[in-house]
Amino acid sequence: MNEKNRFKTLSISLISFWLIVFVLVPVLMVFTVSLLTCEVPGEIKQPFTLNNYKEMFDPVFLKVIFDSFKMAFETTLICLIAGFPFAYNLARYKGRFKSLLLMLIIIPFWTSSLIRTYAIIVIIKTNGLLNMVLMSLGLIDEPLKLMYTPLAVMIGMVYSLLPFMILPLYAVLEKLDYKYIEAAKDLGAGRTQTFLHVILPLSMPGIIAGSMLVFLPTLCLFYISDVLGGAKTLLIGNFIRNQFLLVRNWPLGAAASMVLMGLMFIIIYVYYKSSKKAGREAI
Amino acid sequence: MKALKISYSSLVYSFLYLPIIVLIIYSFNASKFGTSWKGFTFKWYESLMNNSSLMSAAGNSLLVAVTAATLATIIGSVAAVAFYRYGFRGKKMLLGLVYVLIMAPDIVMGISLLIMFVTIHMNIGFTTLLLSHITFNIPFVIVTVLSRMKGFDKNLFDAAGDLGATEFQTVRHVLLPMMFPAVIAGWLLSFTLSMDDVLISFFVTGPDFDILPLRIYSMVRLGVKPEVNALCTVMFALSLIIVMASQILNKEKK
Repeated sequence: MNEKNRFKTLSISLISFWLIVFVLVPVLMVFTVSLLTCEVPGEIKQPFTLNNYKEMFDPVFLKVIFDSFKMAFETTLICLIAGFPFAYNLARYKGRFKSLLLMLIIIPFWTSSLIRTYAIIVIIKTNGLLNMVLMSLGLIDEPLKLMYTPLAVMIGMVYSLLPFMILPLYAVLEKLDYKYIEAAKDLGAGRTQTFLHVILPLSMPGIIAGSMLVFLPTLCLFYISDVLGGAKTLLIGNFIRNQFLLVRNWPLGAAASMVLMGLMFIIIYVYYKSSKKAGREAI
Repeated sequence: MKALKISYSSLVYSFLYLPIIVLIIYSFNASKFGTSWKGFTFKWYESLMNNSSLMSAAGNSLLVAVTAATLATIIGSVAAVAFYRYGFRGKKMLLGLVYVLIMAPDIVMGISLLIMFVTIHMNIGFTTLLLSHITFNIPFVIVTVLSRMKGFDKNLFDAAGDLGATEFQTVRHVLLPMMFPAVIAGWLLSFTLSMDDVLISFFVTGPDFDILPLRIYSMVRLGVKPEVNALCTVMFALSLIIVMASQILNKEKK
């Protein structure tokens, strides 16, 4: 074996080893645990069974799934509607503050969402700034009780995840060839038509990537629903956390994780297919 | 139309930044309760410094973040070189796995690692936390470094080879200096991710090895306190500096 092959083998083995030992093996273990039985909290034993997956159809869990999906869907939609015009403006802006304005979106993307969630509490708590401002303006007489409601959780999610929608949208819109838009206008298309038939299809990869980066974390960010929703809003992430650390029914928690992972693969598959399709259409 | 655009963008920016700015202002507010301003003070920062268990959690966090970022940067950069330089069987699958890892729900990664560590009877603490942090940092390093490599001129490596450089020498003396800014950016991003992670750390560390984000989590659950304002301000300032540094490094291309 020559020197080049040695370096090649070494570098490929290193990353393969790490991903197999710390990603694939653990995931297979989750799958195995999801097929086992738990009768006493904290104890896992045979026989192998599909009961944990059957329990996913229990009304209690179905409600968790329904609530989580509703929350994730609404959060994604709000982020998309609020983020798209913003990303479009930013992509078309060519002034000298461009890199500063972009940096201001990248900063929240990388700062702890726990800290940002806490900042939301400071604003929306009963004696917080929002109520103080609204009361002093005379818009409300009684302070709004936003904390520990599903609305608070949603505000927290949108606040935490909006940059994750804006950045992929921006990445696509920045590369978009604006000659297409001019061409559409020259050919007599109105604003709405240009948007629906030119801008929207061309930005589809960004829309799907952004939606993915908002939808999946909404299901998992258990601390946001904990801190802002009290114990009232239970998302899949809270359910899995509780099964592992409170109820100590690991097989059920593992089954819920497998469902979550299956869902992720469906979404990634759809993304992969549509970005390929959008790529073809764009050419 | 232009006024509308500017006011909409300002609205989004204030939505994103107003809560943080308010938090920072309150961290200097002498009033312990309520929202009214009672004068400027550093006392909440002083009480942070005097909280020894919080300081030890901060020390633990720094230790894990620096070690995990360094090891993940080494492994991730070597992997990026492999993905960039070589064709091999299973390359697409391996690279696909890297991208899936970035998307993967953190909570699933957390419990899968927890199950593995428990199965092989490892004590939950520093080692398990470190291994988990390295694992979730690696894909970010690979992607950061690979995206910078896209613009490189491949002829340079052939030239080095023609001049008699071995493969290792080519990587060490030609490729590494070119990709170095991205390697540093990868380290900085890994460090921030490690310092801030809650979802994975929650499962893979125990009471013996407390870290800052988990302490903040348990404090935040109890409600708003001036010390927490101060602590969050410090954490925010830290990520701010690091993100800006990594952006500057990543931007000066060519």
